[in-house]
Amino acid sequence: MDANLTRDDAYSDGNMLGGPLSEIFAVDLTGAVGRCAGCGLQGPVAQLRVYDRAPGLVARCPRCEQVVLRLVRGKDTAWLDLHGASALTIPLAPAP
Amino acid sequence: MHRKAKEGADAERRRLTTTRRGAAPGTTSPAGSESQVLRARAPLRWLVAELVDRRAESRTAQTLVFDVPGWPEHLAGQHVDVRLTAEDGYSTQRSYSVASAPDGDRVELTIQRVEDGEVSPYLMDVLERGEQVELRGPIGGWFVWRPERAEPVLLVGGGSGVVPLMSMVRTRGALGGSAPFRLLYSVREPDDQLYVPELLRGEPGLDTEYLYTRAAPPEHPRPVGRLRAEDLVRGGWPADQRPICYVCGPTGFVENAATLLTGLGHDPGRIRTERFGPSGG
Amino acid sequence: MAIISRGFHGRRPDPGRKLPPGQYEVHDFPVLSAGPTPHVTHDEWEFTLTTETGARHTWDWAQLMAMPAETPTVDLHCVTKWSKFGTHWEGVSLDSLMEDVETAADFALVHSYGGYSTNLPLEDLLDGKAWIAHRYDGEELAPEHGGPARLLVPHLYLWKSAKWVRGIELLLDDEPGFWEGLGYHSYGDPWREQRYQGD
Repeated sequence: MDANLTRDDAYSDGNMLGGPLSEIFAVDLTGAVGRCAGCGLQGPVAQLRVYDRAPGLVARCPRCEQVVLRLVRGKDTAWLDLHGASALTIPLAPAP
Repeated sequence: MHRKAKEGADAERRRLTTTRRGAAPGTTSPAGSESQVLRARAPLRWLVAELVDRRAESRTAQTLVFDVPGWPEHLAGQHVDVRLTAEDGYSTQRSYSVASAPDGDRVELTIQRVEDGEVSPYLMDVLERGEQVELRGPIGGWFVWRPERAEPVLLVGGGSGVVPLMSMVRTRGALGGSAPFRLLYSVREPDDQLYVPELLRGEPGLDTEYLYTRAAPPEHPRPVGRLRAEDLVRGGWPADQRPICYVCGPTGFVENAATLLTGLGHDPGRIRTERFGPSGG
Repeated sequence: MAIISRGFHGRRPDPGRKLPPGQYEVHDFPVLSAGPTPHVTHDEWEFTLTTETGARHTWDWAQLMAMPAETPTVDLHCVTKWSKFGTHWEGVSLDSLMEDVETAADFALVHSYGGYSTNLPLEDLLDGKAWIAHRYDGEELAPEHGGPARLLVPHLYLWKSAKWVRGIELLLDDEPGFWEGLGYHSYGDPWREQRYQGD
């Protein structure tokens, strides 16, 4: 983490990942709880800071600002990087 | 009172469980628990939405009424992605909150004009009744309110951040939710207010308070200015009543409101936020 | 099959000149960011070239300012499809910075304050094709556009022109940067429309 990063408002949040991630996952992930691989903060995907004025979507931890998730949508391929999320807790309906 | 409210909620849950499809109401988590069951669903598809009506909400906002065949019923607070495609294949999309309560294939979006925006001026000025756009949704399982929940609800909206909160208010009214609601609605000036007649009319169990950040009506008791802790004390719920707080608006507004709520002792796990970033409409 | 929106053109006036495929012209200067904007003062700023042997060559702000400056006027092509013609910059050519650097490297990995990175062949940084730019349109380069200094490699898509540049690693083997590791093209020539891997 570099010093001198100032907080600015140029981000939205993980709620907006719902549509793009719906192309990949069968459940809504905005309510899933992720753990930041950088600082260990746990919280819903909806609360990540999302920078979307970029060649892809970049979701960062609201505490340490490390990248938790990245998504690029190409013509017929999506690239998803989750290496900044050390765990994802996804509540599901009971298994039949 | 409390018991009655709970019975109402139980009855509501049963009714919803039997009458509504798939997604939400199947959750059986106890009121107060934040856990939510996610259910597998068919992948969201781009649906064809036909504009059937529009109405002005303010100088700079319109509600567009779409008919969306095959629309899976939405939850209050969810949003959609709208996609426009030009003749040469150029395409762009934006997210908009649903403003309406669930109502079959009808979906209402309230669009705030972004000057020089690429999508909002098109939707407001060019798109005509009977014409179609593509729409993907309903999206989101976290910033949602389910009418079977009975605990008090605080809604804090900044500018057009009131739109998904209005869907919660309307859903509560339409489905007879028993949770008491308080709405704190921050706007720059009176001309920016959305849903004026409907909120003026009000409804039982809903308290609405306005905050003006730049110019207030002459008789308004509160000095103009951004949201402060005392506004949340006066217009909200004490933290020990364990309300769920929904905060929506521009990023700076939401960060400020969430910080103030946490400072007043509200459980961060019961503060749900949705931020509008810089992506211009 | 997408629904065509009658009368929807986007914000894309007809350019009077030739654009790379799939691009449209803008007249403003869109700000893209994948994270919070770093605010680095001239006092703190440092730029380091590291060779494949680990040799380091570092310049502080005063040293950069003492280097001969060039004033390229170039067209910018962003992979998000906007292009901006005729932008005026001032900066130090990479040729000047590389003058006393001995290397057998073929590749470069560019690093930024804030953690961003991007890779490109070393030869694309040389022969007058790239600058460490510190002024734009006659003014100090603003933080949102990459100030105090950014890399400027205008013949490739703009994501290669790393904002807030802090160093370049010279490498024998290519190593993907921030976007190249997630689907974007390793080279990124706008005229061949090399947006994604495989293009």
